[in-house]
Amino acid sequence: MNVETIIKELNLKVRSASDKLNNNVTGGYTGDLLSDVIANSHEGDIWITRQVHQNIVAVASLKEHAGIILTNSCEPTGETLEKANQEKIPVMISDLPAFELTGKIYNLLVK
Amino acid sequence: MKLQEVKKILNAEVIVGEEKLDMEVKTAFGADLMSDVLAFAKAGSLLLTGLTNSQVIRTAHVMDIAAIILVRGKKPPAETINMAKEFKIPVLATKYILFETAGRLYTKGIVGCLEQVEDHSAHG
Amino acid sequence: MVVWNKLKITVHTAETENYLYKNSFDVEGGNFNNAGAISTQVKSILKNIGLPNNVIRKAAIACYESEINIVSYARQGVINLIVTPKTVEFDIADEGPGIPDIELAMEQGYSTADRQIREMGFGAGMGLYNIKCSSDIFNLTSEVDKGTFLKIIINIP
Repeated sequence: MNVETIIKELNLKVRSASDKLNNNVTGGYTGDLLSDVIANSHEGDIWITRQVHQNIVAVASLKEHAGIILTNSCEPTGETLEKANQEKIPVMISDLPAFELTGKIYNLLVK
Repeated sequence: MKLQEVKKILNAEVIVGEEKLDMEVKTAFGADLMSDVLAFAKAGSLLLTGLTNSQVIRTAHVMDIAAIILVRGKKPPAETINMAKEFKIPVLATKYILFETAGRLYTKGIVGCLEQVEDHSAHG
Repeated sequence: MVVWNKLKITVHTAETENYLYKNSFDVEGGNFNNAGAISTQVKSILKNIGLPNNVIRKAAIACYESEINIVSYARQGVINLIVTPKTVEFDIADEGPGIPDIELAMEQGYSTADRQIREMGFGAGMGLYNIKCSSDIFNLTSEVDKGTFLKIIINIP
């Protein structure tokens, strides 16, 4: 499954790197503590978080995540978007809280 | 769903509250930021979190959270356990990451919750 | 509390003369072990008075975030609580670095928190915003290198 499928299924808004939506999604990680995400997430994960700070792009880039989805309609900061476009990391927004968004993506991935 | 079933779905270990496993839960809130729990979580929900310090218990107490699920196999420090006992809040620990924990519970019918405190600035 | 002593004096309106409950709690800056203990106490006080759940919830959120702010940033502080038949009021003063730009500090996501605060699950730039959303009257004033004063009123419907 690629990022674009998730965007379509869950009506996400794309905020950066719209040319990278064919990134393959192989798993998911939900969390807001950057050190945890660095330690435990995997390459190809779609990362679900409510952190909007530019550091999220560095983490996603380091761990080679397929993309970042911000929950609760949180908007990324200007610096975050600038970095995300540079690093070619798709940043998307959902109006769902983390639990529900995770549940829906989990079900898409296990199908 | 009873807390007993949540325990089963998550292969969880009961750290505090073995006697409260027949408690009913319907909604869940997943977060690592306690300010988010304070802003959004609904009373009576499960709180799924990767944090294990005692602020998790205080936050849960303030928000009338039904029970806490600690994810990723983290074991809470003694002060967290003692505070949970004091406030009578069940604490379960699962090996699954938050993504898997939320996914499994959602699949079995637990729903999300979002009950934002009123933003007075929004309507002038 | 030398500098901000004057702020510990609550302005008594006609309403606050008829208080149901009044108390003052000291908060120690930097002591993360006890952070939140006062809010827990305040919550049970409000419960005992028999206030509606929604009011208790808002007051507990506002008090907890304020308490975390004092512990995280200030040397010491005080939380004054007055409950009247129509309101729950907090006068919260601290002695500490103060807030240079209040408008910026109010923005969601803006924070100067260090690693320790963030690892506890705070410091994501939501605290003041949460307090504001929980209160009917929110008044924040601060003086750099002196301290911060916060007045919060939650109406009882």
